[in-house]
Amino acid sequence: MSLNPAMKRYNRRMISLWLFYAVFLFVALYMFKHRLLGGPGAYLVAVLPALPIIGVFVAVGRYLVEEQDEYLRMLMVRQTLWASGFALSLATIWGFLENFDLVGHIDAYYIAIVWFFGLGVGAVINKLTLGASVQC
Amino acid sequence: MLMENRLRILRAERGWSQQDLAGRLEVSRQSVNAIETGRYDPSLPLAFRIAELFNRPIEEIFVAPSRHSSKAI
Repeated sequence: MSLNPAMKRYNRRMISLWLFYAVFLFVALYMFKHRLLGGPGAYLVAVLPALPIIGVFVAVGRYLVEEQDEYLRMLMVRQTLWASGFALSLATIWGFLENFDLVGHIDAYYIAIVWFFGLGVGAVINKLTLGASVQC
Repeated sequence: MLMENRLRILRAERGWSQQDLAGRLEVSRQSVNAIETGRYDPSLPLAFRIAELFNRPIEEIFVAPSRHSSKAI
């Protein structure tokens, strides 16, 4: 399937954002490992790797706005709904399990990773129920 | 309840592939396939574009769900 302009823009944004993520994460890890930071600067650098991840959410939103094909847009909306339901459900279940000391602590940013995995779950469900999924 | 439609027949009458029709409607081939197979109902603007392309009223292309159920009774 050939990519339409909205898909191409989405792909370009994703590649850039993941590259930024890799660089920012490296910078943050390096600076904290070598204790090069302190005070407010430490907070700023610690948040750096989160920014491209937030950008990914924005990129998904931009794709939904820019996609002119209503069927493909509907497929992506379904994917994001599945991803959100999947990630929030898992986070809620884990929160209660953790609350009753039945499981260990997991850093909150893993919710984003579960959400990305949920996008894949949504794509599989689209494929199974509608016979199609967005292929960016 | 999804609508039935005569899109596949109208397309076949003109000898168009799904890709041809998708190009004329400026949508993806997946969209055409989903509409033809009754897995997706197009929006009103897209339904009008389809009707204009085939030069027919919408109700000659898409069967109203109410008519569909009364036929079943």
